[in-house]
Amino acid sequence: MPNLFALLATVLFAQSGAERAGATVALVGARILPAAGAVIESGILVVHEGVIAHVGPLDSTPVPAGAEVRDVSGRVIVPGLVDTHSHIGAVEGGDRSEPIQPSVRVLDSIDVLDPSLQRARAGGVTTVNIMPGSGHLLSGQTVYLKLRPGNTIEELAVRNEGGSIAGGIKMANGTNSRRDPPFPGTRAKSAALVRARYVAAQEYAKKRADPDPEKRPERDLGLETLVEALEGKRVVHHHTHRHDDVLTVLRLREEFGLRVVLHHVSDAWKVADEIARAKVPSSLIVIDSPGGKLEARDMRWENARALVEAGAEVAFHTDDWITDSRLFLRSAALAVRAGLAREKALEALTLAPARMLDLGERVGSLEVGKDADFVVLDGDPFSVYTHVQETWVEGVRVFDRSDPKDHLIAVGGWGAGSPSAPRCCEEEEDR
Amino acid sequence: MKMLGLWIALASSAPSAWGQDLAVRGRIVHTQAGAPLEDGVVLVAAGKIAAVGKASVVKIPSGVTTLEAAVVIPGLIDAHCSLGLAGALNYAHDRDELERSSAVQPELRAIDAYDPRADLIEWVRGFGVTTVHTGHAPGAVISGQTMIAKLHGNTLDQAVLQPLAMVAATLGEGAVHEEEKSQPGTRAKAAALLREELVKTQAWVEKQQQAAAEQKPAERDLRREVLAKVLAGEVPLLVTAQRAQDIATALRLQREFGFRLVLDGAAEGYRILDELREADVPVIVHPTMFRAVGEAENLSLETPGTLKKAGLRVALQSGYESYVPRTRVLLFEAAEAAAYGLAFEDALALVTIDAARLLGIDARVGSLEVGKDGDLALYDGDPFEYTTHCIGVVIEGVVVSSEKR
Repeated sequence: MPNLFALLATVLFAQSGAERAGATVALVGARILPAAGAVIESGILVVHEGVIAHVGPLDSTPVPAGAEVRDVSGRVIVPGLVDTHSHIGAVEGGDRSEPIQPSVRVLDSIDVLDPSLQRARAGGVTTVNIMPGSGHLLSGQTVYLKLRPGNTIEELAVRNEGGSIAGGIKMANGTNSRRDPPFPGTRAKSAALVRARYVAAQEYAKKRADPDPEKRPERDLGLETLVEALEGKRVVHHHTHRHDDVLTVLRLREEFGLRVVLHHVSDAWKVADEIARAKVPSSLIVIDSPGGKLEARDMRWENARALVEAGAEVAFHTDDWITDSRLFLRSAALAVRAGLAREKALEALTLAPARMLDLGERVGSLEVGKDADFVVLDGDPFSVYTHVQETWVEGVRVFDRSDPKDHLIAVGGWGAGSPSAPRCCEEEEDR
Repeated sequence: MKMLGLWIALASSAPSAWGQDLAVRGRIVHTQAGAPLEDGVVLVAAGKIAAVGKASVVKIPSGVTTLEAAVVIPGLIDAHCSLGLAGALNYAHDRDELERSSAVQPELRAIDAYDPRADLIEWVRGFGVTTVHTGHAPGAVISGQTMIAKLHGNTLDQAVLQPLAMVAATLGEGAVHEEEKSQPGTRAKAAALLREELVKTQAWVEKQQQAAAEQKPAERDLRREVLAKVLAGEVPLLVTAQRAQDIATALRLQREFGFRLVLDGAAEGYRILDELREADVPVIVHPTMFRAVGEAENLSLETPGTLKKAGLRVALQSGYESYVPRTRVLLFEAAEAAAYGLAFEDALALVTIDAARLLGIDARVGSLEVGKDGDLALYDGDPFEYTTHCIGVVIEGVVVSSEKR
């Protein structure tokens, strides 16, 4: 039994087997599930300078000269998992001062050395959307990270064209964001407050474009962010559970031309057709039992199947710490149990969520030219007996279960790898 | 589906003696009493198991309803939870698992709070759970009593197997509620409160014995009466303790007062394995996937396996957590115990025969043996696999769930 107390935070960035990003590595002999294209029974995956250089059947693809060859026969390789909704990194969003706080950036709060990031790597997560909570109508700007080794948020952040840090915004409706004033007390008030702010953002955008600089309003960080949402530069990640709340999100989206991803969507099975018709993607949570609150009482594991059958795009998310990143594959497996096709389930952990983060061209599948983000498993991705053996981000191995420090991260509690006292027991009733 | 649900509700409301004879045939039958049977048959008559064996030996009488499945196992036994007291909603009206007005309330009976028709009961039963040890949750020095129920029946009387199973106590951070005046503010204070209660009970018992000797009438005291049963060893004290030092405190108090200790949680049990082994204390280990925060921050997914392999008497639980999921599913916790270090039969034992023995109900349930209750769960594959379905659940010969889950 490893001593859970002997571990220091150094494990997070001092992986024993980390490869240099510049090297060429060939992983040979694994069963490869690329998430785009057919399964390769005995394959080769070649990584060069952090990017996938080749992927194909072993017998038809030559091993490049000079490549470091790794025998992974008997293993299964899948794309790095993409988690569209996570709260790892001790993230914080808006405070209790007001219900709509678009100027708040979670990137200013995240501890990238927190062990929760390594636990996510232990679960095969390579790309993550870290979000503030759902206790606000709009709790702040989210951030998209690649789980590369690194000490700063800048090293991990995904960049937009132009270099700014990529992310969306987090919104919520239903009961979580209802509180004492100035927070809303009803659903209609929630929608009214949100609409008023987007209307203000529309006005702000118009005035900021005034040809006369004297007439332009001063910069407003919050409205600026909402304008980015209006212009489609920021995806709105919208927490919503009950069927009518889902439709309220679709109504807001229609009115303001927002690009929306629905999150949790407990009642998806009731309004799958409406969601599909709106061509809005859904990122689902899978919890071991329904309930917690009335609006999530009717949650079903059949949600993914229902949405796919209706023709809608589906991903899963961990909502870590609501579910454990290390068991992310399990969420999709339980949806398979409820009738979702296996290929769709894998896609819903990889390529579909990548698209929801506007990263479908870079990550989410094992294709030449994409980031070399992948997971080495010791079996069927949807078997309980399968464990993540290795996680690679951009050609660098960031998790290795055979390393005792990483094994501890894979099986231990929140204390494993924690250099300090844990965060504890925030009042989360009715969340 | 609606009709089926109705039928199940009616069926489960009927006393078990009404259950017709039933045969269950499995490609593999894990009896938990000897090696698994290939192509096995279990015959149930009048709610009890009448025969178990290979199909070549045990003949199914003609006309008897026969259920078939890939895998058949004994109905699962949840060694500790708050099912029936903690409902599906996180709202006060649905939370009867913990009374916070006082730190010590052993007089609270689980039977006065158990809701046999709770949604979550139907939920977990659909995955193969047939018996639960449930009651007042950890979170107070003494939070109340526990009971054992079968997951059938529409009333407490139909469901209950044992109205008083244990008295639930908590040591460590779980018992500490600094903000509440009536509750201890430190772990040492929590232990002191527990000792005080037991000492007072010793004095009360003495007084009662004196009164009896003098042929005076007994003085009723609900709290003392139940704690006297604990001191007499009639009812075990179930002590939830996660940290190693709190487990050590539980062992210390057991030595002082001599009660029957059942250790609950034990997230850091692997740190004081020798002491646990020496004390020979049974352990109801935390759910494998228990949220590893606070005093459980040093748990390991491998602990159920570690404790079982160390030779301890161990059972597994779905437990109780104050957030979501509002209940864990025992089947899944056992599955992870198997995935993180235990052989299939050993992991299954944690939620069947080992749990039955730990709870003292192994004469009735926990394995598929002649004379035991006809409680079975049927699956279309390895029960622990994520993608396998539970396709039938039988309690005392009555099909209580047949929805594919």
